[in-house]
Amino acid sequence: MRQPTGSAYFMEEHHEPVTPHTLAILVDNEPGVLARVIGLFSGRGYNIDSLTVSEVSHEGHLSRITVVTTGPADVVEQIKTQLDRLVPVHSVLDLTLTGRALERELMLIKVKGKGEMRVEALRIAEAFRARVIDATVESFVFELTGKPDKLDQFILLMTPLGLIEVARTGVAAMARGSEAMEG
Amino acid sequence: MDQNVIDDDAEAVAPHILPEAPAGEMTGAEIVIRALADQGVEHIFGYPGGAVLPIYDALFQQTEIEHILVRHEQGATHMAEGYARSTGKPGVVLVTSGPGATNAVTGLTDALMDSIPLVCITGQVPTHLIGSDAFQECDTVGITRPCTKHNYLVKDVNDLAQVLHEAFLVATSGRPGPVVVDIPKDIQFASGKYVRKENVRHKTYHPRLNGDPDKIRAAIEILRGARKPIFYTGGGVINSGPEASRLLREFADMTGVPVTSTLMGLGAYPAASDQWLGMLGMHGTYEANNAMHDCDVMLCVGARFDDRITGRLDAFSPGSRKIHIDIDPAQINKNVRVEVGIVGDVAHVLAEMVRIWKASKAQIDPAGMADWWRRINSWRARDCLRYRRSETTIKPQHAVERIYELTKGPNTYVTTEVGQHQMWAAQYFRFEEPNRWMTSGGLGTMGYGMPAAIGVQKAHPEALVIDIAGEASIQMCIQELSTAVQYNLPIKVFILNNEYMGMVRQWQQLLHGGRYSHSYSESLPDFVKLAEAYGVKGLRCDKPADLDATIKAMVEHDGPVLVDCLVDKMENCFPMIPSGRAHNEMILGEVSEETIGKAISDEGKMLV
Ligand SMILES: Cc1ncc(C[n+]2csc(CCOP(=O)(O)OP(=O)(O)O)c2C)c(N)n1
Ligand SMILES: [Mg+2]
Repeated sequence: MRQPTGSAYFMEEHHEPVTPHTLAILVDNEPGVLARVIGLFSGRGYNIDSLTVSEVSHEGHLSRITVVTTGPADVVEQIKTQLDRLVPVHSVLDLTLTGRALERELMLIKVKGKGEMRVEALRIAEAFRARVIDATVESFVFELTGKPDKLDQFILLMTPLGLIEVARTGVAAMARGSEAMEG
Repeated sequence: MDQNVIDDDAEAVAPHILPEAPAGEMTGAEIVIRALADQGVEHIFGYPGGAVLPIYDALFQQTEIEHILVRHEQGATHMAEGYARSTGKPGVVLVTSGPGATNAVTGLTDALMDSIPLVCITGQVPTHLIGSDAFQECDTVGITRPCTKHNYLVKDVNDLAQVLHEAFLVATSGRPGPVVVDIPKDIQFASGKYVRKENVRHKTYHPRLNGDPDKIRAAIEILRGARKPIFYTGGGVINSGPEASRLLREFADMTGVPVTSTLMGLGAYPAASDQWLGMLGMHGTYEANNAMHDCDVMLCVGARFDDRITGRLDAFSPGSRKIHIDIDPAQINKNVRVEVGIVGDVAHVLAEMVRIWKASKAQIDPAGMADWWRRINSWRARDCLRYRRSETTIKPQHAVERIYELTKGPNTYVTTEVGQHQMWAAQYFRFEEPNRWMTSGGLGTMGYGMPAAIGVQKAHPEALVIDIAGEASIQMCIQELSTAVQYNLPIKVFILNNEYMGMVRQWQQLLHGGRYSHSYSESLPDFVKLAEAYGVKGLRCDKPADLDATIKAMVEHDGPVLVDCLVDKMENCFPMIPSGRAHNEMILGEVSEETIGKAISDEGKMLV
């Protein structure tokens, strides 16, 4: 259940639908900035579904953080405005609201098996355009890039075929079209 | 203490004499002092310890900045808040690492909630020991991250001056707030380059001051069509500076609109004005809350629709078109949806509104206004702050009224602790000017008032500074009486002693069947003797007949005074919007116990 804003003074229950939102945040690349950003989510008890962060301009000392979170629209909007006023934050964009944003994620996945299972794993990997980046007689490590739900789907199919380990990078996202995110 | 004794907190390897900095350079400790002086800082509130000894050494060797030695770091933060709130200048705090920093956390949080500009310098263990559980180490930037507007850990002495100047910029611009600068001890010893404040600009932080002209015009159009308008003003008017208060008065004057204010905004609009409705919210006046509920246009100026103000959100001013001016974009549409949200500084935006209103010769429909004022006057006629008087016991409301009558004037400053006495002070003391009223609104910190009074007195040596206190709250920072004595600060502490944590007791009476669980102030000290032990004049008063003489004696004494005023133990704070109710469902004083019992629904009992 969603905790109302402020204090427990208002006990009206909120039953607003929760939806996933992808936020792109441009920040000064300085210590503590990630903790500050995450704190706005954890402080309200909201989970971060996915988080990526990396420097995107060395000279500009800029990093880009991509956060996928799930919450009611007005809470996400609130978090967005509060992110925006953090001192080292340059700009924040809710890519879910701008519509049809590009989202990609990279995954490494290890599958162990012999005989039929091994052949089947390789066949599915080909269909998904996953690359084999390591192999032993009884295992493969595949590399796969795509939308998060494509990766989910791949995991689902690999599970009965001997999936033993998954590493995902989290989502990198960007708006379509000729405009850049303002800095 | 002998200045030559080496503090045993100091780690053994560090030299105990400041090394001479090479030509053109300064030590980190000297940079701190130089940066503060460059920022125009005259007073700092602090407490020494191992991790700030180099800075204390540099302080010792200069005369530009006066250091006020407190008795507990929480006291230092509230003093700095009182100093800042009464002057509009940032308050500066200096504390050591570990316990020094953790003791400052309450005051930092308080300043964050009430948007008070503070710069708090904390010492830190030497850089190479950070993270090693060194003696008096704590993760100061980690601990203070959520309770500051921004914080810094300085890891290179050549960044120090820049960071300090930036800290002042961030603390005082936009929505003000506390900033922590954590300086490891080796950085204080190291030498590096100083940069002047003129050479510092922040890369990203440039808060917007001017409101969007289209939105301002839209707001004027809405206001012009109003028949039942209200101005709901808050602490943002005070923070914006005296010009904002002046413009608010001018705008109210030319539009004829009634004005109410939050607890934090008292004084921005003069209580003596006919257009003043009193404070609004949980313990606000009947007329202010009813006018908020029934208005058709609400102009919110520098306030944030806090839960103490709105009461039940779904019944909050249901029929009004709302306009909100705030410098912090995150406040707009946070609790209440508004039709026009103007991001900008109150003074900048009001100046523009006044200009447009004048230029367009706008006027609000006089017939509508006459009608509106008739309704407001009918609410006023309820005289909601009336209370039953007594010949035998001192009513706390009466005590505040008498303090007001005997001390009012532009040179009087009032601080409070937290509880019933705070609400009575807000209701019965009347403020005509901004920056005269210092109280802990957002955090509600017991122990705030007396140190805040010390900070106010330091900034205004000739002023009369009164802390209206409760017997429970005052004990939370009582040690600062010693600070007042040391620096000859003639603050007046007036305790409304009801022998209860009155506000807790009131809620227990209204919500918990009168089971007064742990709210009786047992084993109270003899406050007069306690005052005397500190070197403060102690006075006691328990008869209404003696009240005036006691207040006069308090004011006339040339030095700090503490008054133990024994008041009615069971008095409640009214009017009150009960939990879970709307603005037009207030309960007033002089109602029977039974009505009070019924006033709060079972659901309301769940609320805070
Ligand atoms: C530090 C802190 N602890 C607890 C509270 C909760 N609290 C609010 S008012 C109050 C009672 C204050 O008693 P007193 O100072 O005697 O004031 P009164 O209400 O009697 O006027 C308490 C315990 C608080 N506000 N601050
Ligand atoms: Mg009390």
